[in-house]
Amino acid sequence: MSDAPDRELRISKIRDGTVIDHITGGQALNVLAILGIGGDEGIGVSIGMNVPSDKLGTKDVVKVEGRELSQGEVDVLSLLAPEATVNIVREFEVVEKKRVERPERVVGLLTCPNHNCITNADEPVESAFGVVDDGVRCEFCGEIVREDIGDHLAVH
Amino acid sequence: MRHDHLLSAGQLTREDIEAVLDRAADLADDPGAVGGRHADRLLALCFFEPSTRTKMSFDTAMKRIGGDTVDMGSVESSSVKKGESLADTVRVIEGYADGIVLRHPSEGAAKLASQFVDVPVINAGDGAGQHPSQTLLDLYTMRERAGLDDLTVGIMGDLKYGRTVHSLASALTNFDARMHFVSPESLRLPRGVRFDLHDAGAQLREHTDLDEVLAELDVLYVTRIQRERFPDENEYQQVAGQYQIDAGTLERARDDLTVMHPLPRVDEIAPDVDATDHAAYFAQAHNGVPVRMALLDELLGDGDAGAAAATDGGDSR
Repeated sequence: MSDAPDRELRISKIRDGTVIDHITGGQALNVLAILGIGGDEGIGVSIGMNVPSDKLGTKDVVKVEGRELSQGEVDVLSLLAPEATVNIVREFEVVEKKRVERPERVVGLLTCPNHNCITNADEPVESAFGVVDDGVRCEFCGEIVREDIGDHLAVH
Repeated sequence: MRHDHLLSAGQLTREDIEAVLDRAADLADDPGAVGGRHADRLLALCFFEPSTRTKMSFDTAMKRIGGDTVDMGSVESSSVKKGESLADTVRVIEGYADGIVLRHPSEGAAKLASQFVDVPVINAGDGAGQHPSQTLLDLYTMRERAGLDDLTVGIMGDLKYGRTVHSLASALTNFDARMHFVSPESLRLPRGVRFDLHDAGAQLREHTDLDEVLAELDVLYVTRIQRERFPDENEYQQVAGQYQIDAGTLERARDDLTVMHPLPRVDEIAPDVDATDHAAYFAQAHNGVPVRMALLDELLGDGDAGAAAATDGGDSR
Protein backbone atom coordinates (compact mmCIF):
# COMPACT_ATOMS: atom_id res chain seq x y z
CA MET A 1 0.00 0.00 0.00
CA SER A 2 1.36 3.41 -0.85
CA ASP A 3 1.79 6.15 1.68
CA ALA A 4 -0.58 8.40 -0.23
CA PRO A 5 -3.30 8.38 2.47
CA ASP A 6 -0.87 9.90 4.97
CA ARG A 7 -0.11 12.69 2.58
CA GLU A 8 -3.79 13.27 1.97
CA LEU A 9 -4.18 13.74 5.69
CA ARG A 10 -1.63 16.53 5.68
CA ILE A 11 -4.13 18.57 3.71
CA SER A 12 -7.50 18.18 5.31
CA LYS A 13 -10.64 17.67 3.31
CA ILE A 14 -12.73 20.71 2.59
CA ARG A 15 -16.49 21.02 2.93
CA ASP A 16 -17.08 23.43 0.02
CA GLY A 17 -14.70 24.86 -2.49
CA THR A 18 -12.16 23.80 -5.10
CA VAL A 19 -9.35 21.29 -5.11
CA ILE A 20 -6.71 21.82 -7.75
CA ASP A 21 -4.57 18.73 -8.06
CA HIS A 22 -1.67 17.72 -10.27
CA ILE A 23 -0.23 21.23 -10.41
CA THR A 24 3.31 21.31 -11.79
CA GLY A 25 5.65 21.04 -8.80
CA GLY A 26 6.55 24.42 -7.37
CA GLN A 27 3.80 26.36 -9.11
CA ALA A 28 1.20 26.41 -6.33
CA LEU A 29 1.95 29.97 -5.25
CA ASN A 30 1.76 31.17 -8.83
CA VAL A 31 -1.58 29.41 -9.20
CA LEU A 32 -2.83 31.32 -6.17
CA ALA A 33 -1.50 34.50 -7.72
CA ILE A 34 -3.45 33.84 -10.89
CA LEU A 35 -6.55 33.34 -8.79
CA GLY A 36 -5.90 36.59 -6.98
CA ILE A 37 -5.64 34.85 -3.63
CA GLY A 38 -3.13 36.63 -1.46
CA GLY A 39 -4.06 35.15 1.90
CA ASP A 40 -5.86 38.12 3.37
CA GLU A 41 -9.28 37.33 1.95
CA GLY A 42 -10.29 35.35 5.00
CA ILE A 43 -10.83 32.13 3.08
CA GLY A 44 -9.14 28.88 3.98
CA VAL A 45 -6.35 27.81 1.67
CA SER A 46 -4.32 24.61 1.96
CA ILE A 47 -1.21 24.06 -0.08
CA GLY A 48 0.86 20.98 -0.64
CA MET A 49 4.07 21.55 -2.54
CA ASN A 50 6.38 19.07 -4.21
CA VAL A 51 4.54 16.02 -2.94
CA PRO A 52 5.32 12.74 -4.72
CA SER A 53 3.16 11.96 -7.72
CA ASP A 54 3.10 8.84 -9.87
CA LYS A 55 2.03 10.96 -12.83
CA LEU A 56 4.27 13.99 -12.50
CA GLY A 57 7.10 12.89 -10.21
CA THR A 58 6.26 15.74 -7.89
CA LYS A 59 3.20 17.88 -7.83
CA ASP A 60 1.51 20.66 -5.92
CA VAL A 61 -2.03 20.58 -4.56
CA VAL A 62 -4.14 23.60 -3.65
CA LYS A 63 -7.44 23.50 -1.80
CA VAL A 64 -9.48 26.66 -1.63
CA GLU A 65 -12.39 26.67 0.77
CA GLY A 66 -15.65 28.42 0.01
CA ARG A 67 -14.78 29.36 -3.54
CA GLU A 68 -15.60 27.63 -6.80
CA LEU A 69 -13.42 28.51 -9.75
CA SER A 70 -14.95 29.71 -13.00
CA GLN A 71 -14.04 28.00 -16.26
CA GLY A 72 -12.05 31.10 -17.23
CA GLU A 73 -9.96 30.86 -14.10
CA VAL A 74 -9.46 27.19 -14.72
CA ASP A 75 -8.33 27.85 -18.27
CA VAL A 76 -5.58 30.26 -17.33
CA LEU A 77 -4.27 27.68 -14.90
CA SER A 78 -3.34 25.64 -17.92
CA LEU A 79 -0.48 28.01 -18.67
CA LEU A 80 1.23 27.06 -15.44
CA ALA A 81 -0.19 23.65 -14.81
CA PRO A 82 -1.21 21.93 -18.02
CA GLU A 83 -1.79 18.64 -16.19
CA ALA A 84 -3.95 20.12 -13.43
CA THR A 85 -7.28 18.65 -12.44
CA VAL A 86 -9.91 20.83 -10.84
CA ASN A 87 -12.57 19.40 -8.58
CA ILE A 88 -15.50 21.38 -7.24
CA VAL A 89 -16.46 20.17 -3.79
CA ARG A 90 -19.79 20.59 -2.00
CA GLU A 91 -20.52 19.00 1.36
CA PHE A 92 -17.25 17.06 1.16
CA GLU A 93 -18.25 15.46 -2.14
CA VAL A 94 -16.72 16.13 -5.56
CA VAL A 95 -19.69 17.35 -7.59
CA GLU A 96 -17.89 18.53 -10.71
CA LYS A 97 -14.58 17.94 -12.43
CA LYS A 98 -13.43 20.72 -14.73
CA ARG A 99 -11.11 20.18 -17.62
CA VAL A 100 -8.13 22.47 -17.99
CA GLU A 101 -8.03 23.86 -21.50
CA ARG A 102 -5.58 26.32 -22.93
CA PRO A 103 -7.23 29.67 -23.65
CA GLU A 104 -6.64 31.47 -26.95
CA ARG A 105 -5.35 34.56 -25.19
CA VAL A 106 -4.75 35.96 -21.73
CA VAL A 107 -5.28 39.62 -20.92
CA GLY A 108 -3.89 41.52 -17.96
CA LEU A 109 -2.40 38.43 -16.42
CA LEU A 110 1.24 38.51 -17.50
CA THR A 111 3.85 41.21 -17.91
CA CYS A 112 5.94 41.18 -21.06
CA PRO A 113 9.58 40.20 -20.42
CA ASN A 114 10.67 42.59 -23.20
CA HIS A 115 11.54 45.68 -21.20
CA ASN A 116 11.20 47.78 -24.34
CA CYS A 117 7.65 46.63 -24.99
CA ILE A 118 5.14 49.48 -24.85
CA THR A 119 3.08 47.53 -22.31
CA ASN A 120 5.90 48.06 -19.83
CA ALA A 121 5.73 51.82 -20.27
CA ASP A 122 3.32 53.79 -18.16
CA GLU A 123 0.44 53.47 -20.59
CA PRO A 124 -3.25 52.81 -19.90
CA VAL A 125 -3.32 49.40 -21.52
CA GLU A 126 -3.48 45.82 -20.30
CA SER A 127 -0.97 43.30 -21.49
CA ALA A 128 -2.32 40.75 -23.95
CA PHE A 129 -0.75 37.46 -24.91
CA GLY A 130 -1.84 34.98 -27.50
CA VAL A 131 -1.36 31.35 -26.54
CA VAL A 132 0.92 29.53 -28.98
CA ASP A 133 1.87 25.86 -29.14
CA ASP A 134 4.37 25.83 -26.33
CA GLY A 135 4.04 29.21 -24.69
CA VAL A 136 2.51 32.63 -24.98
CA ARG A 137 3.24 35.56 -27.25
CA CYS A 138 2.88 39.27 -26.55
CA GLU A 139 0.34 40.76 -28.90
CA PHE A 140 2.14 44.10 -28.85
CA CYS A 141 5.81 43.32 -29.40
CA GLY A 142 5.73 39.68 -30.48
CA GLU A 143 7.94 38.44 -27.65
CA ILE A 144 7.52 34.73 -27.00
CA VAL A 145 7.59 33.30 -23.48
CA ARG A 146 8.04 29.57 -23.27
CA GLU A 147 9.77 28.81 -20.00
CA ASP A 148 8.93 30.02 -16.53
CA ILE A 149 5.69 31.72 -17.45
CA GLY A 150 4.95 32.01 -13.74
CA ASP A 151 7.84 34.45 -13.42
CA HIS A 152 5.93 36.93 -15.55
CA LEU A 153 2.65 36.99 -13.68
CA ALA A 154 1.33 40.52 -13.36
CA VAL A 155 -0.68 39.55 -10.31
CA HIS A 156 2.18 38.59 -7.99
CA MET B 1 -5.95 46.63 -48.94
CA ARG B 2 -8.48 45.92 -46.19
CA HIS B 3 -6.94 47.52 -43.13
CA ASP B 4 -7.59 50.58 -41.05
CA HIS B 5 -3.98 50.78 -39.93
CA LEU B 6 -0.59 49.62 -41.13
CA LEU B 7 1.09 48.21 -38.04
CA SER B 8 3.24 45.37 -39.25
CA ALA B 9 4.24 43.70 -42.47
CA GLY B 10 2.64 40.52 -41.20
CA GLN B 11 -0.80 41.90 -41.93
CA LEU B 12 0.01 42.38 -45.63
CA THR B 13 -0.98 39.77 -48.16
CA ARG B 14 0.67 39.44 -51.52
CA GLU B 15 -2.41 41.04 -53.02
CA ASP B 16 -2.09 44.02 -50.64
CA ILE B 17 1.57 44.46 -51.49
CA GLU B 18 1.11 44.25 -55.23
CA ALA B 19 -1.80 46.70 -55.12
CA VAL B 20 0.34 49.30 -53.35
CA LEU B 21 3.35 48.70 -55.60
CA ASP B 22 1.25 48.92 -58.75
CA ARG B 23 -0.34 52.12 -57.52
CA ALA B 24 3.09 53.48 -56.60
CA ALA B 25 4.36 52.77 -60.10
CA ASP B 26 1.40 54.65 -61.56
CA LEU B 27 1.99 57.60 -59.26
CA ALA B 28 5.70 57.65 -60.00
CA ASP B 29 4.81 58.07 -63.68
CA ASP B 30 1.99 60.54 -63.06
CA PRO B 31 1.99 62.13 -59.60
CA GLY B 32 -1.12 64.11 -60.50
CA ALA B 33 -3.20 60.97 -60.96
CA VAL B 34 -4.54 61.24 -57.42
CA GLY B 35 -6.30 64.44 -58.40
CA GLY B 36 -7.61 66.69 -55.67
CA ARG B 37 -8.99 63.91 -53.52
CA HIS B 38 -6.76 64.70 -50.56
CA ALA B 39 -7.04 68.48 -50.57
CA ASP B 40 -7.60 69.76 -47.03
CA ARG B 41 -6.55 66.44 -45.51
CA LEU B 42 -3.89 66.50 -42.86
CA LEU B 43 -1.40 63.86 -41.83
CA ALA B 44 0.21 64.05 -38.38
CA LEU B 45 3.90 63.22 -38.22
CA CYS B 46 4.66 61.94 -34.73
CA PHE B 47 8.31 61.02 -34.48
CA PHE B 48 9.49 60.16 -31.00
CA GLU B 49 12.85 59.13 -32.49
CA PRO B 50 15.05 60.94 -35.00
CA SER B 51 14.34 60.34 -38.67
CA THR B 52 15.32 61.88 -41.95
CA ARG B 53 14.14 59.68 -44.82
CA THR B 54 10.97 58.27 -43.35
CA LYS B 55 9.73 61.57 -42.01
CA MET B 56 10.61 63.61 -45.07
CA SER B 57 9.25 61.07 -47.50
CA PHE B 58 5.91 60.86 -45.68
CA ASP B 59 5.85 64.65 -45.61
CA THR B 60 6.65 64.83 -49.30
CA ALA B 61 4.25 62.05 -50.23
CA MET B 62 1.35 63.66 -48.40
CA LYS B 63 1.97 66.98 -50.10
CA ARG B 64 2.39 65.32 -53.49
CA ILE B 65 -1.08 63.79 -53.20
CA GLY B 66 -2.57 67.18 -52.43
CA GLY B 67 -2.74 67.08 -48.64
CA ASP B 68 -0.63 68.61 -45.93
CA THR B 69 1.13 67.60 -42.74
CA VAL B 70 1.33 68.73 -39.15
CA ASP B 71 4.46 67.84 -37.25
CA MET B 72 4.59 67.05 -33.55
CA GLY B 73 8.16 68.28 -33.54
CA SER B 74 10.85 66.88 -31.32
CA VAL B 75 10.06 65.04 -28.12
CA GLU B 76 11.97 67.69 -26.21
CA SER B 77 9.57 70.38 -27.39
CA SER B 78 6.36 68.40 -26.91
CA SER B 79 4.14 67.49 -23.98
CA VAL B 80 5.77 64.08 -24.00
CA LYS B 81 8.59 65.76 -22.11
CA LYS B 82 6.05 66.52 -19.38
CA GLY B 83 5.25 62.84 -19.00
CA GLU B 84 2.17 62.59 -21.21
CA SER B 85 1.34 59.02 -22.21
CA LEU B 86 1.42 57.94 -25.82
CA ALA B 87 -2.26 57.04 -25.54
CA ASP B 88 -3.14 60.59 -24.54
CA THR B 89 -0.86 62.11 -27.17
CA VAL B 90 -2.45 60.25 -30.05
CA ARG B 91 -5.97 60.85 -28.75
CA VAL B 92 -5.31 64.57 -28.84
CA ILE B 93 -3.67 64.45 -32.26
CA GLU B 94 -6.59 62.43 -33.63
CA GLY B 95 -8.62 65.61 -33.27
CA TYR B 96 -6.20 67.51 -35.48
CA ALA B 97 -5.41 65.16 -38.33
CA ASP B 98 -6.86 62.51 -40.64
CA GLY B 99 -4.05 60.03 -40.08
CA ILE B 100 -1.05 59.49 -37.83
CA VAL B 101 2.43 58.39 -38.82
CA LEU B 102 4.13 57.18 -35.67
CA ARG B 103 7.73 56.42 -34.92
CA HIS B 104 8.45 55.40 -31.36
CA PRO B 105 11.31 53.73 -29.49
CA SER B 106 9.09 51.05 -27.90
CA GLU B 107 8.00 47.86 -29.60
CA GLY B 108 4.24 47.68 -29.99
CA ALA B 109 3.77 51.45 -29.78
CA ALA B 110 1.87 51.70 -33.06
CA LYS B 111 -0.43 48.88 -32.07
CA LEU B 112 -1.15 50.58 -28.79
CA ALA B 113 -1.83 53.88 -30.57
CA SER B 114 -4.22 52.16 -32.96
CA GLN B 115 -6.34 51.04 -30.01
CA PHE B 116 -6.97 54.61 -28.92
CA VAL B 117 -7.81 56.38 -32.17
CA ASP B 118 -10.13 55.94 -35.12
CA VAL B 119 -7.92 57.59 -37.73
CA PRO B 120 -5.42 55.36 -39.56
CA VAL B 121 -2.11 54.77 -37.78
CA ILE B 122 0.95 53.97 -39.84
CA ASN B 123 3.83 52.36 -38.00
CA ALA B 124 6.94 54.23 -39.11
CA GLY B 125 9.17 52.17 -36.85
CA ASP B 126 8.51 50.88 -33.32
CA GLY B 127 11.78 50.23 -31.55
CA ALA B 128 13.27 46.96 -32.75
CA GLY B 129 9.85 45.83 -33.92
CA GLN B 130 8.52 46.63 -37.35
CA HIS B 131 8.77 49.20 -40.14
CA PRO B 132 6.22 48.12 -42.73
CA SER B 133 6.19 51.18 -44.99
CA GLN B 134 9.96 50.78 -45.43
CA THR B 135 9.28 47.22 -46.46
CA LEU B 136 6.88 48.34 -49.16
CA LEU B 137 9.50 50.58 -50.71
CA ASP B 138 12.09 47.82 -50.32
CA LEU B 139 9.84 45.46 -52.23
CA TYR B 140 9.13 48.11 -54.84
CA THR B 141 12.87 48.49 -55.38
CA MET B 142 13.40 44.73 -55.53
CA ARG B 143 10.60 44.36 -58.02
CA GLU B 144 12.12 47.03 -60.25
CA ARG B 145 15.56 45.47 -60.13
CA ALA B 146 15.05 41.73 -59.84
CA GLY B 147 11.36 40.87 -59.67
CA LEU B 148 9.76 39.40 -56.58
CA ASP B 149 9.48 35.70 -57.33
CA ASP B 150 12.14 33.02 -57.28
CA LEU B 151 14.54 35.33 -55.49
CA THR B 152 17.53 34.49 -53.36
CA VAL B 153 17.82 37.28 -50.81
CA GLY B 154 20.65 37.81 -48.35
CA ILE B 155 19.91 39.99 -45.33
CA MET B 156 23.01 41.02 -43.42
CA GLY B 157 23.88 43.02 -40.34
CA ASP B 158 21.75 43.72 -37.30
CA LEU B 159 19.05 41.11 -37.52
CA LYS B 160 18.22 41.25 -33.83
CA TYR B 161 17.32 44.90 -33.47
CA GLY B 162 16.72 45.68 -37.15
CA ARG B 163 13.04 46.45 -37.58
CA THR B 164 13.40 46.83 -41.35
CA VAL B 165 14.74 43.28 -41.42
CA HIS B 166 11.86 41.93 -39.37
CA SER B 167 9.29 43.55 -41.64
CA LEU B 168 11.04 42.61 -44.86
CA ALA B 169 11.49 38.98 -43.90
CA SER B 170 7.85 38.75 -42.93
CA ALA B 171 6.69 40.27 -46.23
CA LEU B 172 8.98 38.04 -48.28
CA THR B 173 7.07 35.01 -47.03
CA ASN B 174 4.37 36.08 -49.49
CA PHE B 175 6.75 35.39 -52.33
CA ASP B 176 8.87 32.52 -53.50
CA ALA B 177 12.00 33.78 -51.77
CA ARG B 178 14.95 31.90 -50.35
CA MET B 179 16.24 33.90 -47.41
CA HIS B 180 19.80 33.85 -46.08
CA PHE B 181 20.41 35.73 -42.84
CA VAL B 182 24.01 36.80 -42.19
CA SER B 183 24.96 38.21 -38.81
CA PRO B 184 27.15 37.76 -35.75
CA GLU B 185 25.75 35.14 -33.39
CA SER B 186 24.78 37.88 -30.96
CA LEU B 187 22.63 39.66 -33.53
CA ARG B 188 20.67 36.72 -34.94
CA LEU B 189 16.98 37.01 -35.67
CA PRO B 190 14.86 37.22 -32.53
CA ARG B 191 12.75 34.24 -31.54
CA GLY B 192 9.44 35.85 -32.45
CA VAL B 193 10.54 36.67 -35.99
CA ARG B 194 11.96 33.19 -36.53
CA PHE B 195 8.71 31.75 -35.20
CA ASP B 196 6.70 33.67 -37.80
CA LEU B 197 9.02 32.70 -40.65
CA HIS B 198 8.86 29.02 -39.79
CA ASP B 199 5.11 29.31 -39.30
CA ALA B 200 4.82 30.75 -42.81
CA GLY B 201 6.92 27.94 -44.23
CA ALA B 202 9.75 30.24 -45.24
CA GLN B 203 12.96 28.85 -46.72
CA LEU B 204 15.68 30.33 -44.58
CA ARG B 205 19.25 29.69 -43.57
CA GLU B 206 21.44 31.53 -41.11
CA HIS B 207 25.15 32.29 -41.55
CA THR B 208 27.94 34.15 -39.85
CA ASP B 209 30.01 34.56 -43.02
CA LEU B 210 28.71 36.35 -46.12
CA ASP B 211 31.06 34.40 -48.37
CA GLU B 212 29.08 31.24 -47.64
CA VAL B 213 26.23 32.57 -49.69
CA LEU B 214 27.25 35.73 -51.57
CA ALA B 215 27.63 34.09 -54.97
CA GLU B 216 24.05 32.78 -54.90
CA LEU B 217 22.31 36.06 -54.15
CA ASP B 218 20.00 38.12 -56.33
CA VAL B 219 19.67 40.74 -53.61
CA LEU B 220 21.90 41.64 -50.69
CA TYR B 221 20.09 43.76 -48.10
CA VAL B 222 22.63 45.33 -45.76
CA THR B 223 21.72 46.96 -42.46
CA ARG B 224 23.59 49.10 -40.01
CA ILE B 225 24.70 47.77 -36.66
CA GLN B 226 22.57 50.15 -34.61
CA ARG B 227 24.57 51.48 -31.71
CA GLU B 228 21.49 53.15 -30.22
CA ARG B 229 19.65 49.83 -29.83
CA PHE B 230 22.30 48.14 -27.75
CA PRO B 231 21.61 48.12 -24.02
CA ASP B 232 25.33 47.52 -23.46
CA GLU B 233 28.14 49.47 -25.14
CA ASN B 234 30.49 46.51 -24.75
CA GLU B 235 28.09 44.32 -26.69
CA TYR B 236 28.10 46.91 -29.47
CA GLN B 237 31.86 47.19 -29.56
CA GLN B 238 32.24 43.44 -30.00
CA VAL B 239 30.37 43.53 -33.31
CA ALA B 240 30.97 47.08 -34.57
CA GLY B 241 32.84 47.19 -37.83
CA GLN B 242 32.07 43.63 -38.79
CA TYR B 243 30.12 42.76 -41.92
CA GLN B 244 31.37 45.54 -44.14
CA ILE B 245 31.35 45.23 -47.91
CA ASP B 246 33.24 47.11 -50.59
CA ALA B 247 33.65 46.87 -54.35
CA GLY B 248 36.25 44.14 -53.87
CA THR B 249 33.81 42.03 -51.86
CA LEU B 250 31.27 42.28 -54.65
CA GLU B 251 33.70 40.89 -57.23
CA ARG B 252 32.77 37.52 -55.74
CA ALA B 253 29.07 38.20 -56.38
CA ARG B 254 26.95 37.82 -59.46
CA ASP B 255 27.08 40.70 -61.91
CA ASP B 256 23.39 41.35 -61.49
CA LEU B 257 23.42 41.37 -57.67
CA THR B 258 21.37 44.23 -56.26
CA VAL B 259 22.71 45.79 -53.07
CA MET B 260 20.14 47.52 -50.89
CA HIS B 261 20.25 49.34 -47.56
CA PRO B 262 17.51 51.20 -45.68
CA LEU B 263 20.02 53.94 -44.81
CA PRO B 264 21.56 55.68 -43.03
CA ARG B 265 24.77 53.74 -43.52
CA VAL B 266 27.88 54.28 -41.48
CA ASP B 267 30.67 52.02 -42.65
CA GLU B 268 28.94 48.81 -43.68
CA ILE B 269 28.94 49.73 -47.38
CA ALA B 270 32.11 51.41 -48.59
CA PRO B 271 31.68 54.45 -50.88
CA ASP B 272 33.34 52.58 -53.74
CA VAL B 273 30.21 50.45 -54.07
CA ASP B 274 28.15 53.54 -54.93
CA ALA B 275 29.51 53.75 -58.48
CA THR B 276 28.88 50.10 -59.25
CA ASP B 277 25.78 48.74 -60.95
CA HIS B 278 25.03 46.83 -57.76
CA ALA B 279 24.12 49.91 -55.72
CA ALA B 280 20.39 50.47 -55.40
CA TYR B 281 20.16 52.16 -52.01
CA PHE B 282 19.74 55.75 -53.14
CA ALA B 283 17.08 54.79 -55.67
CA GLN B 284 15.54 52.75 -52.87
CA ALA B 285 15.31 55.85 -50.67
CA HIS B 286 13.81 57.87 -53.52
CA ASN B 287 11.19 55.18 -54.02
CA GLY B 288 9.88 56.02 -50.56
CA VAL B 289 7.90 58.90 -51.97
CA PRO B 290 5.76 57.17 -54.62
CA VAL B 291 5.28 54.14 -52.39
CA ARG B 292 4.13 56.28 -49.48
CA MET B 293 1.93 58.30 -51.84
CA ALA B 294 0.22 55.08 -52.82
CA LEU B 295 -0.04 53.93 -49.23
CA LEU B 296 -1.52 57.21 -48.02
CA ASP B 297 -3.88 57.32 -50.96
CA GLU B 298 -5.09 53.88 -49.91
CA LEU B 299 -5.35 54.41 -46.16
CA LEU B 300 -6.62 57.99 -46.20
CA GLY B 301 -8.60 57.75 -49.38
CA ASP B 302 -12.35 57.92 -49.55
CA GLY B 303 -12.47 57.77 -53.28
CA ASP B 304 -12.04 54.87 -55.67
CA ALA B 305 -8.56 53.83 -54.63
CA GLY B 306 -9.34 54.08 -50.96
CA ALA B 307 -12.72 52.44 -50.99
CA ALA B 308 -11.40 49.19 -49.62
CA ALA B 309 -9.59 50.78 -46.72
CA ALA B 310 -12.45 50.56 -44.33
CA THR B 311 -12.84 47.32 -42.55
CA ASP B 312 -10.20 45.43 -40.71
CA GLY B 313 -7.19 46.64 -38.80
CA GLY B 314 -6.21 43.09 -37.91
CA ASP B 315 -2.57 42.55 -37.20
CA SER B 316 -1.66 38.99 -37.87
CA ARG B 317 1.79 39.04 -36.34
